[in-house]
Amino acid sequence: MKKPEGEWKDIWTLAEVNRQNHLHSLSFELLAWGRALADQRGSRLCSVVLCHNLLEGELEELVTHGADVVYVVKHPQLENFVPESDARVLSFLIKKYQPEVVIAGASTTGRTVMPYVAIKTDAGLTADCTELAIDAETGNLLQTRPAIGGNIMATIKTPDARPQMATVRPKSAHPLERDLTRQGEIIHVTDVPAEAFTAKMQFEQFIGDATNEMPLEDADMIVSGGKGMVNSQNFVILEQLAHILGGAVGVSRTAVDQGWRPYSQQVGLSGKTVAPSLYIACGISGAVQHLVGMKTADNIIAINIDPKAPIFEVADLGVVGDLFMMVPLITELIRQEKSKEGQRHG
Amino acid sequence: MRIIVPIKQVPETSKVKMDPETGTMVRKGLASIVNPLDLYAIETALRVREREGGKVTVITMGPPNATFALREALAMGCDEAILLSDRQFAGADTWATSYVLAKAIQKLGEFDLILCGERATDGDTGQVGPGIASWMDLPLATYVSKIRDVSEDGVRIERMVEEGIEVLWSPLPLVLTVIKEVNPPRLPTLRQKLNSLTADIIIWGPADIDADPENLGLHGSPTRVVKIQEPQVVRKAEMVYVKQVEDAGVAAHRVVAFLKERGLL
Repeated sequence: MKKPEGEWKDIWTLAEVNRQNHLHSLSFELLAWGRALADQRGSRLCSVVLCHNLLEGELEELVTHGADVVYVVKHPQLENFVPESDARVLSFLIKKYQPEVVIAGASTTGRTVMPYVAIKTDAGLTADCTELAIDAETGNLLQTRPAIGGNIMATIKTPDARPQMATVRPKSAHPLERDLTRQGEIIHVTDVPAEAFTAKMQFEQFIGDATNEMPLEDADMIVSGGKGMVNSQNFVILEQLAHILGGAVGVSRTAVDQGWRPYSQQVGLSGKTVAPSLYIACGISGAVQHLVGMKTADNIIAINIDPKAPIFEVADLGVVGDLFMMVPLITELIRQEKSKEGQRHG
Repeated sequence: MRIIVPIKQVPETSKVKMDPETGTMVRKGLASIVNPLDLYAIETALRVREREGGKVTVITMGPPNATFALREALAMGCDEAILLSDRQFAGADTWATSYVLAKAIQKLGEFDLILCGERATDGDTGQVGPGIASWMDLPLATYVSKIRDVSEDGVRIERMVEEGIEVLWSPLPLVLTVIKEVNPPRLPTLRQKLNSLTADIIIWGPADIDADPENLGLHGSPTRVVKIQEPQVVRKAEMVYVKQVEDAGVAAHRVVAFLKERGLL
């Protein structure tokens, strides 16, 4: 594909707005990714916000977290995500301002709107990147991602087409420190043509997660189980450990395929990426598909009967032993620790 | 109801082995299967047809042996299979792949629904379904977990997102990409399997679908793979071995001490 005419500069990130009309934390993670690229490239970092009722003061937060420019489009049609209209608006902005790079989260929104926009703008798009870098020689974006079920890492570039687009997994970067001295420009874009805000698909209703469980991605501590759990009943010991830690239970793909646990708890390539303070993997051998979903956890403990299990290669502490013996024992010791603590602060 | 299901033939990635010497995939003896996530799209199509009547056409772009995947889909109950195969199609990324599929679907004429799997298990991009919608300017819903109702007026679906479920309605035609929650795929009967072996498969090349040669294959693809390597994930684990029951207490204490050292308790 040939190089399009135009300047094609600046690094863009696509912010997301949550149901409470706050910016989603992902928006700030993307700025951390984008800032590194913009600095390397000597270009501006711009955040794009498509919204309707975004709360006061939120746009400034993008500046304090690394953006040089914030492009905002406000319209009732953008209250809820509808691919046709969101893609039309974003495509219009891309054609107008000609960014060199556009990064979005590999969220249900990002993974839907970006491929739609990539066709409309003749852009190259790489999904689920775990690493982004600038090629020193050509200035091209190098996009690295797992492929073939996580068995390989492929590095992909878009030599000529512009923009170079990529999605990155939520929780795969920490937002930058808030810097109140940072200056930036907030630009309200008002010349988007009216037909961009039309869509055949209609948003009817949102039904919040009724389980009231903490979303796995938000849990600070995760106790995960895999094939070694043998059946669904056995997960009670992981629930007990997670409970005493104040965390959540995660699972490997095997546990979902076997019907032991719901898909919403799956960690890994075809599930969620998590980056908790603590990840305890119990009876998980550590296929690369699983590892890419949890390897950025700050601390990893692995418990597995097989000393050769690959999970030990990413662990900080490895326990080679029977999880059915170890997990209840660890839970009990933590319980004792916590009650000691409780007495001390009595 | 006229339903199109684009599918992909993929290597059985759960059994992929990497050559530790060369860092490349060992392709030898690797079976080709229908992308497992596409089976959910096929199943959804068959269920809509069972309720509303109509025809299900399954379509794939791939090498000549991708007829295997199409026959599997026919065995499950699809009515018609189309293979898009030509050297010019080779090396396509998701941009160029969705172009060819969209052109072929246009060639098929009137339709109501395009149903795709969430993503393929080899490429793992999930970009081709939305890409087809974009080429054809169609409404799109991804991560569809339930089809609530379908009629000639339109379709009402549930879409599973991070914070819950969205309910959306759209007139036909449109593109849906479905996830596992939508319904479990059926297994073909032996008789269906046998019948599928001799079923006709339509084969189309670039000229049959009026494709612009500039948009095809590697040549038409915006992206290029520049490097492939084995994933590197290494931390130096402190190992504790529980060889007998007495070791368990020591190991558990070590775990708790570790948690305290790291400020996690």
